[in-house]
Amino acid sequence: MTPDSADPIETVSTDVAIIGAGPAGLFAVFELGLLDLKCCLIDILDKPGGQCAELYPEKPIYDIPGLPQISGQDLADQLVQQGAPFEPEMIFGHMVSELERLEDKTFRLTTDRGLKVEAKVIVVAAGGGSFQPKRPPIPDLEEFEEKSIFFAVRRIEDFRDRNILIVGGGDSALDWTVALEPVAKSVTLLHRRPDFRGTPDSVNKMRALVDAGKVNLVIGQVTGLNGENGQLSSAGIRSEDGPPEIACDAMLPFFGLTMKLGPVSDWGLNIVDKHIPVDTETFQTNQPGIFAVGDINIYPGKLKLILCGFHEVALMSHAVHKHIYPDRVIKMQYSTTSKDLKKKLGVA
Amino acid sequence: MAKITYVQPDGSKQTIEGEIDATVMEVAVKNQVAGIDADCGGACACATCHVYVAEDWISVTGAPSEMEEDMLDFAYDIRETSRLSCQLKIKDELDGLNVHIPEQQG
Repeated sequence: MTPDSADPIETVSTDVAIIGAGPAGLFAVFELGLLDLKCCLIDILDKPGGQCAELYPEKPIYDIPGLPQISGQDLADQLVQQGAPFEPEMIFGHMVSELERLEDKTFRLTTDRGLKVEAKVIVVAAGGGSFQPKRPPIPDLEEFEEKSIFFAVRRIEDFRDRNILIVGGGDSALDWTVALEPVAKSVTLLHRRPDFRGTPDSVNKMRALVDAGKVNLVIGQVTGLNGENGQLSSAGIRSEDGPPEIACDAMLPFFGLTMKLGPVSDWGLNIVDKHIPVDTETFQTNQPGIFAVGDINIYPGKLKLILCGFHEVALMSHAVHKHIYPDRVIKMQYSTTSKDLKKKLGVA
Repeated sequence: MAKITYVQPDGSKQTIEGEIDATVMEVAVKNQVAGIDADCGGACACATCHVYVAEDWISVTGAPSEMEEDMLDFAYDIRETSRLSCQLKIKDELDGLNVHIPEQQG
């Protein structure tokens, strides 16, 4: 399930709600699945993989045991595939904003778009926190934000007949330059250097529009904003051969994403220097029933490595099972030999 | 060891002895130098450890790699002397290096 358009009013029920679909969260689906626990993954990004998929999809990772080299994207894809037999619910594009503890000691999460997830246990696998668009520290930016400066395009129509200044050199900046050009009155693309990071196809499309005189390309950086009551009239520019000012009534800065701890800090969890302390036997936090794995947790000797996240997930999963079913004994099984496990994985 | 001086936007300075082969970012984070966030932990993936290398040191530190240039796109107020401090590995030759911390990380 991937609710993405309208704000859904519905409740998902599951055994374990996992906040964050990076490598640790994805692997938790598998480990918890082996113990017959159903999972629901929630992530603010629009796809699984966390930092691997968002920050370094093409960079090779060399320290995953048994895989001498794998790209961030491939690792994310393989982890999704590994967890697929357990049919997790996947909710993308939602940020968990509230956590309530119900009378029966279970939990209810509410996302920023109103979706509710009820679960017996919460696993925080949120890495460095939730991804949010980077806000360049341009003076007076707040005054214009969401009025004439936007960090995302929700509706192309909102930009019809506007003079748009797009800032950045990656795929977001390039793709929106190409997509908005037909509806805008004018489009100026501003980037600090003549080289662009985007895919060659996006760069070529943009250059073709520049050559056709449909897009104005300026090499430089924004230094200030001019306008009144949140309505931009121009942006001050530092540029070697460009103008000192670019007239515009809408601006779209694309400076990538940054991670903020966000609402996690409001849930009564101990937080030490932006990290959540855990007990290394169970990976439980100071709150019973709330566990934390991967980059977001901290304990003596902690190493922020994907492979450590995997280890943490295995121990956490057994502790979660014990938390939910204190009287049941887990019979230790190995996926190489156990018929039962093979059946769960669909390979028996 | 090599002495690295971190200069804050207000002009205040902190000089720290950094281990050879550590990065200018790691030494800053370990010693709680304000203004070096290093969100990604040194993977050259976030541009929140942006510094300006003092001009007389540019010839010693050299130029950023292509990967670092790409990442610098995400930083704010880029100048000729901009570098990501996670990519500045401390060597004997850098003893006495001055780096200026920007007003804000992007």
